[in-house]
Amino acid sequence: MFTQYKYWKPYISPLDPCPPMRVKSYNTPPQVYITFQPKGLDQYGTAREALYCGTLWPALFSPYPDPHKRGDQDE
Amino acid sequence: MWYYEKKLQYPVKVSECNPRLAKFLIEQYGGADGELAAALRYLNQRYSIPDKVIAVLNDIGTEELAHLEMIATMVYKLTKDASAEQMKEAGLGAHYADHDKALFFHNAAGAPFTATYFQAKGDPITDLYEDIAAEEKARATYQWIINMSDDPDLNDGLKFLREREIVHSMRFREAVEILKEERDKKVYF
Repeated sequence: MFTQYKYWKPYISPLDPCPPMRVKSYNTPPQVYITFQPKGLDQYGTAREALYCGTLWPALFSPYPDPHKRGDQDE
Repeated sequence: MWYYEKKLQYPVKVSECNPRLAKFLIEQYGGADGELAAALRYLNQRYSIPDKVIAVLNDIGTEELAHLEMIATMVYKLTKDASAEQMKEAGLGAHYADHDKALFFHNAAGAPFTATYFQAKGDPITDLYEDIAAEEKARATYQWIINMSDDPDLNDGLKFLREREIVHSMRFREAVEILKEERDKKVYF
């Protein structure tokens, strides 16, 4: 299974004017991993749940913002 | 910083003065999917993209500038000895009135170049997908120009440029795969 957020450490220059953000992240949502949606993917248990998620299939759900984000200065 | 080599990436040969073809070719000079838009797009996006793929944007953006020179040379050769009358007949009367035989960054229909032709969204997947689309659009544009051209020497250069679009598209697709890779599965809490 893939992760939906990737983290990387940008180059930090000794001359950077602002306090550095040492870790940055970017989003890799599920559709970039699926070439053609397979038949019969699992669906959400209730219509309400599917409606709130915006998709019938948990495999296509992409959380935003990053649920694992620390919430401090690093992205 | 760049070093300049005073030669073209691939030789440009034009067999006859043909301002009508120049009018079509200018699409790749100052059009939405042209070489200028490509170079500026990639060289600008490279600042905020993850470092693993900066070099792809840097190198392809640089090569686009080399392509821009080839297009400029083609357009120049196609028009340099045309009379005012020939320019007018080729549909370049409006261009001639404003620019004489000078090149100008506009598309085949005469709309001037604009930075709104490309984006820098900051989201790496989004930016690379735009880059892939841009390469495919440029490939298609080369195809339609080749279809309208009966100059075999010029077409040789255009076929080279079309092939480069294919290679660049491949490199951008690989860049997407690199960004998709699960490297350190470290989760931040």
